[in-house]
Amino acid sequence: MQTAVDRNKRDGKPAKLGREVQARLGQQLRAMYDDVVNQGVPDRFADLLNRLEGSPNKDKH
Amino acid sequence: MPMDESVRKAVLGAVPSLRAFAISLCGNVDRADDLVQETMLRALANIDSFQPGTNMAAWLFTILRNHFRSEYRKRRREVEDADGHYADTLKTQPEQHGHIEFREFREALGHLPADQREALILVGASGFSYEEAAHICGCAVGTIKSRVNRARTRLAELLSIDNAGEFGPDEQTRAVLGRGGE
Repeated sequence: MQTAVDRNKRDGKPAKLGREVQARLGQQLRAMYDDVVNQGVPDRFADLLNRLEGSPNKDKH
Repeated sequence: MPMDESVRKAVLGAVPSLRAFAISLCGNVDRADDLVQETMLRALANIDSFQPGTNMAAWLFTILRNHFRSEYRKRRREVEDADGHYADTLKTQPEQHGHIEFREFREALGHLPADQREALILVGASGFSYEEAAHICGCAVGTIKSRVNRARTRLAELLSIDNAGEFGPDEQTRAVLGRGGE
């Protein structure tokens, strides 16, 4: 199967991807990324800041 | 150490996306969290060099990226096949990523050269402009554009996505991926 990518391979230059392909790649990339972003801030990082400030009970989230 | 409340807020607020960036870079959650922690420590130790009014997230990404790069170079000397190493890490520890459906994509991402991978993530996922990404990576805007293009082309090859719109899996996967997209 010859794709747009194959056709441009021998130029050594990246092929121009179709808009739909770019959109699909973008969606999957963001879905993967947002999956982590949506986990929020793990406790260890808030705890770290509290320790640095020397006030472990500071309750400001 | 007293900490300005706005600094605290900005640093904590950036943690979720710093983690996402770090995991995308190194492919390992534990190591990514260590990278983020190290980034926070460095940022706070050098908070005087942050220019108020500029983009705090971009500043933190720059610190994380540079730290990862210097670590990566160190490891590269230690690990014989640095390129295959990242992908192998993913194969042997899929459960660390929590969500199995992204494994194939992460593996493909792992086959990209590091500078293409970071450019694609910064522009395509973190939402930075080409100019901001260039600043973070310390290179020209044109270089970032070229890296992003190459990364997309290579990913499309690896994932067997072609211009006919065929996308490996099935409608169900498309439905999942289609959420919130453009």
